[in-house]
Amino acid sequence: MAKAEKIEIYVNLCKGCEICVELCPVDALEMKDFKAAVKDLDKCIACMQCELRCPDFAIEVYKQ
Amino acid sequence: MAYDYAKYLRAGKIPHIWCPGCGYGIIMKSIIRAVDGLGMNKDDLVFTSGIGCASRLPGYIDANTLHTTHGRSLGFATGVKMAKPELNVIALGGDGDMTAIGGNHFIHACRRNIDITCLVFNNYIYGMTGGQYSPTTPKAARATTSPYGNSDNQFDIAQLAIGAGASFVARSTTYHAVPMEKLIKQAIEHKGFSVVEIIAGCPTGYGRKNKLASPAGMIEWQKANSVNKVQWDKMTAEEQAGKFPIGVLHQEEKPEFIEAYDANVGLS
Repeated sequence: MAKAEKIEIYVNLCKGCEICVELCPVDALEMKDFKAAVKDLDKCIACMQCELRCPDFAIEVYKQ
Repeated sequence: MAYDYAKYLRAGKIPHIWCPGCGYGIIMKSIIRAVDGLGMNKDDLVFTSGIGCASRLPGYIDANTLHTTHGRSLGFATGVKMAKPELNVIALGGDGDMTAIGGNHFIHACRRNIDITCLVFNNYIYGMTGGQYSPTTPKAARATTSPYGNSDNQFDIAQLAIGAGASFVARSTTYHAVPMEKLIKQAIEHKGFSVVEIIAGCPTGYGRKNKLASPAGMIEWQKANSVNKVQWDKMTAEEQAGKFPIGVLHQEEKPEFIEAYDANVGLS
């Protein structure tokens, strides 16, 4: 299964809508101080659901 | 490697003005991937828009852009296309901009079948002005101007476009970000007037009043209530109730307006 090398979250762009956190099928993201944050990078399967549906260009997933 | 959206964005314009969880950002990303996937030169690409939340989009995209008066996106787009037919013109607007204020422009552009791609962002509400009900607000849904529920019947934008004579009509949602990108590509490549209706969530104006306040909940709602066109045709009327079809809903070959015009005035 595909793995992510890095998940980049631009906190200055994130508006905290929680779309990425709720749509993540493996619970790899969480909310921290009203912004998205990486909870567990090892869980990420690089499905890109969060990156595709982030309305604010705030999250980027780099595949391994 | 993550997708490089920056080459199609105006530097320094992001973050955009849309509310947290607004679906329009998802649509903007799909549009950028579509035009990038087609290998389009930014100088040959024109975006026109009217007034509203959706119409702020051309301000962020680094191409030829026109932010025009309310509902007149297609009017200006027609002028651009007639003056320079070699350009790719994409006219966009929200549900109110295209079907209420610009309703006449919309149906007559469909009838004319001019080679323009029209993207209608449907969030069921007038978001920018404070959440008044629009022509696409579902019956009984609440808005600031319908606190007891909306009494009007809802416009079906795709059916309206088919009825008015558009030669390519499709519908997508913000949940279907990748299929949306493919439909926009097909619409741009289609010769003739093409309409893509995109269902988007407005958590601030529509969701909060209709028990759908979570942005992710609105996206899940789109997933649960949309049905692929192939499946939709096999369903009974009871099964179709409350749901809507997505995908290419109508496609036909028809004489295009500029070609017909040139032939009539002896230019070709």
